[in-house]
Amino acid sequence: MSSIEANSLCKKFGTFTAVDDVSLHVKPGEILALLGPNGAGKTTTIRMLASILKPTHGNAKIAGYDIEHEQEAVRSVVGLLTEQHGLYNRMRAGEYLDFFGSVYGLDSSMIQQRINTLLDEYKLQEFTNLRLGQYSKGMRQKLALVRALLHEPQVLLLDEPTSAMDPESAHHVRGSIVELRSADRAIIVCTHNLFEAEALADRIAIIRRGKIIANDSPLELKRMMVGDPVMELRLACSLDGALEHLPEGIVEIAAGDNWVRYSTSQADVVNPEILYSLAKAGIPVVTLSRVERSLEEVYLQVVSEDDSQEGTIDGR
Amino acid sequence: MDRRPPGNQRSVSGLAYSGADSSADFILPATDELHSQSGGGLRRPLRCANHWRTPDPFPVNGCRFFSNLDFNRYRFRELRQTLEPLLATPLSDGQLYLGKTAASLVPPLAAAYLGITVYLIGLLVKVQWVPSLQLLIQILSLTTIQAMVMVSGAIVISSLTTSVRAANLLASFIIIPVAMLIMGESMIMFWGRYHILWWIVLALMLIAIVLTRMGLRLFNREELLARELDVLDLRGSGRRFWSSFLSDARNPVEWYGGLFQKSFKRIRFPILITSAILLIGFFVGYRQAAVFKLPAEIFQMNAFDKDWLMILREFGMLTPNGVVKILWANIRALILATILGVFTFGVVAEILLLVPLAITGYFAGSLTQAGLDASQYLTALVLPHAIIEVPAAILSGAAILQLGMAAISLPKGSSLGEGWTTSLAEWARISIGIVLPLLIAAAILEVFLTPRIAVWVLSGS
Repeated sequence: MSSIEANSLCKKFGTFTAVDDVSLHVKPGEILALLGPNGAGKTTTIRMLASILKPTHGNAKIAGYDIEHEQEAVRSVVGLLTEQHGLYNRMRAGEYLDFFGSVYGLDSSMIQQRINTLLDEYKLQEFTNLRLGQYSKGMRQKLALVRALLHEPQVLLLDEPTSAMDPESAHHVRGSIVELRSADRAIIVCTHNLFEAEALADRIAIIRRGKIIANDSPLELKRMMVGDPVMELRLACSLDGALEHLPEGIVEIAAGDNWVRYSTSQADVVNPEILYSLAKAGIPVVTLSRVERSLEEVYLQVVSEDDSQEGTIDGR
Repeated sequence: MDRRPPGNQRSVSGLAYSGADSSADFILPATDELHSQSGGGLRRPLRCANHWRTPDPFPVNGCRFFSNLDFNRYRFRELRQTLEPLLATPLSDGQLYLGKTAASLVPPLAAAYLGITVYLIGLLVKVQWVPSLQLLIQILSLTTIQAMVMVSGAIVISSLTTSVRAANLLASFIIIPVAMLIMGESMIMFWGRYHILWWIVLALMLIAIVLTRMGLRLFNREELLARELDVLDLRGSGRRFWSSFLSDARNPVEWYGGLFQKSFKRIRFPILITSAILLIGFFVGYRQAAVFKLPAEIFQMNAFDKDWLMILREFGMLTPNGVVKILWANIRALILATILGVFTFGVVAEILLLVPLAITGYFAGSLTQAGLDASQYLTALVLPHAIIEVPAAILSGAAILQLGMAAISLPKGSSLGEGWTTSLAEWARISIGIVLPLLIAAAILEVFLTPRIAVWVLSGS
């Protein structure tokens, strides 16, 4: 059963449709990246899932609770990291977290215990004497993440979790997010950072103009959007005479003096075959590896396809 | 004229005057004098005859004012920036509202109470003066209730706006009236008319209740976050205004039909309020005639003869020019009332409309005091045109009240811009469709008919 089940969510503000027919299903322990440009509808989707905004149409259940009719229950099982961290600058970390712990109805001993654990984990313990106004951007974002985790939510909704962070802090937060799934949490990460989406997510949903235009694992998205995986074969000698050992059915993409790139949908079958025949022919192989293709290619492909469809619709 | 006691030290008359460099000190009276002048019982400031010696709570008011100003700057910035994480918690909208209100009230109130305490301790130590219990309760009540009005108003404004800048701009709608009110309160304290302060406390309580009710309605997650998409769209506002003004009417008959069926229905409550206010104004004026008496000999009802008509004609009355003059004066008054009403939730507009009725009532009361027949005066000099002019004033006042209250009584789902534009269109419909024709008719009657009826009724010729 999914921790997050959203069916045909739609949100209109007056005549403006911010989210249009969005369906998402996220299982416990799964991370979904909601990837899209600014204004695509990511934050509105997250706010609906956190029972802050009511959907105009559609419905969703978070950990079994209906977002429209069981709002308080939904909010008590959701940890939301908002884009604006909203810290109280005059408070210290302990006071701030203590306040939010009490808002979530935790008893004071449990609050203290979790505060200590989380501040240790996020390396903020040594800064507890500082007021939050004195924190760096990265520290503020980490503290906001700690706040979202304080009540041990089953579902985490993270809106741009590493925005405005230095590379080291961002790396640390990404690592923490990956670890968070181990507690069977369903996590949605909103981001426009392709690298982050690829690094964190089990699945990526690309959202544009309020609509989900692609939703699958990063690998599958790449396969669908930019074709079969591409392999690169490098030899210790010239390529002359070696090509005839490549089995039929593979598509040669590019070649150099001593290398060739090909695509195949059955790398697990084709690659051993190639290595076997080359070894049999006495042709020395330096490497046979998969060519990494960035998610950027996928994203641009998806977006351009969406644009061309829009163009067709507009042209009618 | 400098009425300070001579010398640069404590005076023989018992007044505290400690030095030229301290302008506040010289107005402090010695306690024994206050004590004796108040009949030996209650320690209270001297009244207007000696007002320059009043131990005035001006500095107390200053403490309150600046604390409130500071909190307002604080409120608008902090509210928006810290709100979203709270929206994600299981707290209900009402709990969030109360929490935010308390968080905004406590620091400035604590600062204000501290300021008041320090000042009063200073008075006690320096001149052994303590305020009366009534004055102390009034100061504390006013401080608290004014803070509540400002906070609840700030929450309403903050909830309706989409940026800190817009909220800061709209904050002047709260800060300026409250600053003026505090200055007014200081004047009232200066003159020692403390009973008026209770009325101010009562009025502020009513305003606080209205604003709190509005705040509770507006301060919900959906409204707060949905407003982030509100934009300044002048063309759209123009379309909305025009559409609301026409109200789907295809011809003047349909337009007037809609005006009487829909617009009247929408402003029926403001009509009741305005009618009540004008009525109260008349009777207050009537009652004041007994307090501020006019000499009976100034009322010469037999002076309304044909010669009087000649004089009127010289002033442009009984001519079309007179109609234009009276109409223009009335239109100017309504424009002024509208502009002031927009900035004061319609309150100043109601006061402006009340004044002529209060003056009429005062003259009617004065005639009664002089043993004359007030109904004759009303019938002859007021009624012929007031029968049209007063309904015009009531409708206009109601429309302005509706417009002034637009910011705090928005239809559900409307933004501030949308709600205000719709109310402005409603005001325009009523003003152009009904009030203006009524004012034209009233001006014609006032110029051509009223003087003749006055002569006919009062001089019998």
